[in-house]
Amino acid sequence: MKTSYIKLFTPIALVFTLVLASCVKDLDTVPLDPDEITSATVFETLDGYTSVLAKAYAGLALSGQQGPAGMPDISGIDEGFSTYLRQYWKAQELPTDEAVIAWNDGNLRDYHEQDWSESNEFITAMYNRIYLQVSYANEFLRESTEEKLSERGFSEAEKEIIRGYRAEARFLRALSYVHAIDMFGSVPFVTENDNVGAFLPEQISRADLFEYVEEELLDIESQLPAPRTNDYGRADQAAAWMLLAKLYLNAEVYIGTEKYTECITYCKNIIDAGYDLDPDYSHLFLADNHTAEGIIFPVIFDGTNAQTWGGMTFVVHAAVGGSMNVADYGIDFGWGGTRVTSTFVEKFPDPSGATDKRAMFYTNGQSLEIDDVFDFTHGYAITKFKNITSDGQPGSNITYVDTDYPLFRLADVYLMLAEAVLRGGEGATAGEALFYVNEVRKRAYGDDSGNIGGGDLTLSFILDERARELYWEGHRRTDLIRFGKFSDTDYLWPWKGGVPEGTAVDAKYDLFPLPAADIGANPNLEQNPDY
Amino acid sequence: MKKRSNLRWMMFFCGLFLTGLLHAQQITVTGTVTDATDGFPMQGVSILEKGTSNGTITGTNGNFSLDVDRNAVLVVSFVGYITREVQVTGPGPYNIELVFDEKALDEVVVIGYGTVRKEDATGSITSIRSDDFNRGAIVTPEELITGKLAGVQITSPGGDPGGAATIRIRGGSSMSASNDPLIVIDGIPVDNAGIAGMRSPLNTIHPNDIETFTVLKDASATAIYGSRASNGVIIITTKKGQKDRPLQVNYDGYVSASVLTSQFEVFSAEEFRNLIEERYADNPDAVALLGDASTNWQDEIFQTAVSHDHNLSFSGSAFDLPYRVSLGYSGQKGILLTSGLDRFTGSLNLNPTFFDDHLQVDLSLKGMNIKNRFANWGAIGSAIHFDPTQPVKDPESEYGGYFTWTDVNGNPNKLAPSNPVAMLEMRDDQSTVNRLMAFMQLEYNFHFMPELSANINLGYDGSESDGYVYIPENAPWLYDELNGGGEDRVYTQSKSNELFDLYLNYKNDFGALGRVDFTAGYEWQHFWRQGTTYSENIRGTIVNQDTDYETESYLVSFFGRLNYSLKDRYLLTFTLRNDGSSRFSPETRWGLFPSVAFAWNLFNENFIQNAGIFSELKLRLGYGVTGQQDITSNDYPYLARYTRSEPTARYQFGDEFVYTYRPEGYDANLKWEETVTYNAGLDFGFLENRVTGTLDVYHRETVDLINTIPVPAGTNFTNQITTNVGNLTNRGIEFTINGKPISKANMYWDIGYNITYNKNEITSLTRVDDPVYKGVFVGGISGGVGNTIQIHSVGYPVYSFFVWEQVYDSNGKPIEGLYVDRDGDGQITVEDRYRLQKAAPDVFMGINSTFVYQNWEFSFAGRANLGNYVYNNVFSNSASYNGLYWPTGYLNNQSKNLLETEFENPKYFSDYYIENGSFFRLDYITLAHNMKGMLNGKMNMRVYGTVQNPLLITGYRGMDPEISSGIDKNMYPRPMIFMLGVNLGF
Repeated sequence: MKTSYIKLFTPIALVFTLVLASCVKDLDTVPLDPDEITSATVFETLDGYTSVLAKAYAGLALSGQQGPAGMPDISGIDEGFSTYLRQYWKAQELPTDEAVIAWNDGNLRDYHEQDWSESNEFITAMYNRIYLQVSYANEFLRESTEEKLSERGFSEAEKEIIRGYRAEARFLRALSYVHAIDMFGSVPFVTENDNVGAFLPEQISRADLFEYVEEELLDIESQLPAPRTNDYGRADQAAAWMLLAKLYLNAEVYIGTEKYTECITYCKNIIDAGYDLDPDYSHLFLADNHTAEGIIFPVIFDGTNAQTWGGMTFVVHAAVGGSMNVADYGIDFGWGGTRVTSTFVEKFPDPSGATDKRAMFYTNGQSLEIDDVFDFTHGYAITKFKNITSDGQPGSNITYVDTDYPLFRLADVYLMLAEAVLRGGEGATAGEALFYVNEVRKRAYGDDSGNIGGGDLTLSFILDERARELYWEGHRRTDLIRFGKFSDTDYLWPWKGGVPEGTAVDAKYDLFPLPAADIGANPNLEQNPDY
Repeated sequence: MKKRSNLRWMMFFCGLFLTGLLHAQQITVTGTVTDATDGFPMQGVSILEKGTSNGTITGTNGNFSLDVDRNAVLVVSFVGYITREVQVTGPGPYNIELVFDEKALDEVVVIGYGTVRKEDATGSITSIRSDDFNRGAIVTPEELITGKLAGVQITSPGGDPGGAATIRIRGGSSMSASNDPLIVIDGIPVDNAGIAGMRSPLNTIHPNDIETFTVLKDASATAIYGSRASNGVIIITTKKGQKDRPLQVNYDGYVSASVLTSQFEVFSAEEFRNLIEERYADNPDAVALLGDASTNWQDEIFQTAVSHDHNLSFSGSAFDLPYRVSLGYSGQKGILLTSGLDRFTGSLNLNPTFFDDHLQVDLSLKGMNIKNRFANWGAIGSAIHFDPTQPVKDPESEYGGYFTWTDVNGNPNKLAPSNPVAMLEMRDDQSTVNRLMAFMQLEYNFHFMPELSANINLGYDGSESDGYVYIPENAPWLYDELNGGGEDRVYTQSKSNELFDLYLNYKNDFGALGRVDFTAGYEWQHFWRQGTTYSENIRGTIVNQDTDYETESYLVSFFGRLNYSLKDRYLLTFTLRNDGSSRFSPETRWGLFPSVAFAWNLFNENFIQNAGIFSELKLRLGYGVTGQQDITSNDYPYLARYTRSEPTARYQFGDEFVYTYRPEGYDANLKWEETVTYNAGLDFGFLENRVTGTLDVYHRETVDLINTIPVPAGTNFTNQITTNVGNLTNRGIEFTINGKPISKANMYWDIGYNITYNKNEITSLTRVDDPVYKGVFVGGISGGVGNTIQIHSVGYPVYSFFVWEQVYDSNGKPIEGLYVDRDGDGQITVEDRYRLQKAAPDVFMGINSTFVYQNWEFSFAGRANLGNYVYNNVFSNSASYNGLYWPTGYLNNQSKNLLETEFENPKYFSDYYIENGSFFRLDYITLAHNMKGMLNGKMNMRVYGTVQNPLLITGYRGMDPEISSGIDKNMYPRPMIFMLGVNLGF
């Protein structure tokens, strides 16, 4: 009797153990979806490296891996709000005399009232974006070292290309660190030598970060392609020079040391590289501005292939509202958000735009003074950015614009050089400074009628000229701080500080606070003073 | 010679005479045995002459015939029924009715991987059988037990037919991971992740096919399910055929009409006209926008929905093979125009036994085909805002003939609300889902050792769904002048879930040493899903989305349980489960989940028996650890992955657009959440169990709570990472009491009441104690972009409201924009927001009752929630003067709340909009009439009428305070449903 049961039992037991052994191995799974790959396979081909570098560029423009939204890069904020450029624009323009916005989203109004706190979600998003760029660049650099490239069996030609990519990645990282220096001051510091995961970055001082970025840019200068030889929208030497020039122009604010001479050196490098001012100012801000002259480094948008609710889509749509005809801007409907203060309008002796063509105001149904910030019809609207080509045709998509964002422009270089000269930098004469300023004005007026004389060229004039030339391009906050006219100042504009006539606020607002979330996550960090 | 034969004849005749005499004391009794509840004849019932071995068994018609002593007592018995004794008083015929022994069936309760006698159950388990289910318009299984179980809160999603209800057992143990309990259907633990194109995964089963619903609440009962058991376990078993029972045919059908009983209070056309003309008297543009019509938009989008449902089942046994087959069809329409579903279900249960009942095979197959039509709930919000002076249709409109707000160019104004009727009628959103669940269980009792049995379970649960959304080019809200708008979206999904179980069970009774029940086993489960979505505009020139995904995960487990009972008084249970999940890294994927429970059956103690007060008394104590591994929708959260971008998110390099690869943020050490539960309970009964009840007290602590927290900037590829970092506690008391005040042959009344108190508190959320960290902002609202109204914070319950404290004037009217400056810094910032109440109730209770008089039956059930608060987003987003006229060219209606607050601009974050949502709701009232023995005793019929949702008592000023999220926006209202139904049994 028993033997027959043993005969029954043994095969059962065998099957049992076999089944068990194989099934436990099932727990080692890898993703089945071919669109999701692990870091082991991404870097096996040159295309993989190209795509990872493309992400570092796309991080400036797009909000995630799906246009316009759906697979966001950062969380905790609406995806449409979360793009680098949209946050950068808001942080640089809304707290100034150049812009007000009619929307009540979250704590957005804190920008114009200059009373933000460390838990402001927009400031936090900007900060997160900066560090995301730094992380992407760091990852690229970690995976593209000489050893790794040899290990992976790339040909010499491919290695050359990837080395070029490395320089571009370092440029993008430097760009974001410069923004960090400008906006946050002393911040956490991570490089490709740090690993991903649980560690607490140390905080670097503003001055030390300045030095690091300066070294980086000086190092990659020779590794980047010559100006205007790289693909449109990718970094080249001129972009690196521009960044250095900006760093040096603001050095007094950043590290308390004057570096205007160095600034002039790099401005001249750019000027000698063969850029020209586009004869038509408005061309720089149209859907086909990739054909405009004088753009040194743009961030690219495309209505079909690079869709987003942030970036230029935001800049173009938010400016349209009231009685403005959407067809004139190549969009489907305006979001009714951004306008300018009267202080800004007054910088143009002739706001009609007949003489100085940079005065692109829409006044029909718009009042000059702003009684209610949340009413779009209060304050003149701006028609500078459009999704229309120079032939008047709309862009490829009326919701997501084709207009690229001109981050670095030649006119900016001319004005920087003039300012550096006035501030005592060497390497250019006062005559040269006057000449370049008049170049800018000649293009604006279409002739010499707007030219100024040497006696008119003062620092205060430069500040106003920068407003007239570069408004709504994300420079104003930095400029005002450099001139000491941002927070605790006599220079007032409507609703500055939340008060209709404007009022001075605490000097601490010259810097944005480190987000509360990061202070909480990283005990190594110390908050900016007085926050 | 003659003497001998005479003696023989005399003995013969004496014998005859004696026999005759004896025989004269015996009579032949005949009769029929039937089931007391449905009158069915019962075959196989044992009729025994008491004190002898003389007996017989009833035949197929329940008939019997037996020779017994004329004064005999007949003992009539059948398994599961109360044995009766009948005094013989004549030849009959005797019509003997046997009553179903409820206690006998209660004796066996379904638990994880087996059953246990109710007397031996040590955990907090509640079981409801089909007789006790709620009766009413039941489309989904959850509705069967709403309000009947203490500690189990079921919130239906509103009036959407077949929508997925939210089930919470003891408050849910998690914050950001799933709070849904594990649902096991006929042995297959179902994948909780939804099925694309289907509202609720439980829609597969027709409620009439369900036999029992067992809820395991505390860890000592659920820990055997290990890493999925933290939110409780619901075990559903379906009806099976029975051996030796004649063929039974059942038909259940009903027809119902759903009616909307209340509306959002907005301005009527006339009131609106007056309001605009008054307020914008000097703005001719605004007044010019008014129309001439008088439209009640809510009337336009809601309809009275007529639905019907049919279910036919056959159960019996053929050639010793018990079977049950059921077929069902349900055609449901929703009260929101265009919404509805058509469902066919079929199920087959076969339960043969072999080898002399040593091998029991249970085979169950369930199939479902469902066609859904989804309506856009956004139309509800649009109906609230749409201008009542405009007509629904406009013959001059280029947009489907519906009135549309346009801009100066004649294109639709995209900022204005869309015509609600157009939103519903111009959108064709349908899906078809096919699902098959197959389960086979083999239970083999070893011949050589009958105490030992082996179980092998094989399960398969697969579904295929596909759906589409089609919106024509001229639909105003998607209109694109340049590229042609509209949407043509197609999606598919395939899912499968495979299960293999193997366990051995050893049961033995060692007499004075007690009873032992030991189980040990192994389980393997595989979840796989794959799907595609493709969406483009009507002309096919712009591709909006082109994604496909495929993902899988595995679970491998080893488990064991030991039940030991001594003297029927002292019961001890140990369980242990070792779970491995493929979702976590090799270092963190295995977890051990133990539990221990002790129960003291006080009723069997002499001192309790002698006191004679109780008919049942058991004290239970339990402790257990369970896990929750449904923490993200991602099956590979611990791997370093890269994601490719879609075609719409590329970057230009030279002449081409390049796809980007994004490194994903990850935490390599991610693991599941763990919950430790302590439970103490008392089961009691009085008056021969005319009154029974339970009282449970519990404390649950969840550690390694998943939270998405900010990661130190620069250390990972994201700003927030999902990691194990927090702690949460739930503690509470549950009390249930059921009574049968009247229990007679022709009159019966039972009443049940249960009440639960649960307190939920988050005790930690970050790694480092950070006083500045406010918490996790959750709870998106309508109005603005990205605004949230709730927060998870340390020291508060989950989903607490996070608002500014409104300041009121001396008349009690809120002063717009003026809030209490709580931190005294002279400004109103996020620092001045405070946590006010929460969405979950403090106390919830249920009451149900059935009253039977002769053939009439009346029953009702109701529920109440106390202490739940609701954010009235309908008011906050539609009660501001500036919301009336928009200079881009349209008018918006507002709710009448505007007259109370007179706000100029919306004030979303004011605590004025947080209202107490406590309510009492009657779920249904039913009146039924039973007619037995119709058609010559061959058919039983039951006719009933039900009103579902007849009464709601609440102080909340919105439409319905029963919202699981606590935010009232775009809620699909619950209708009142009138039903007429019939059950036929043959």
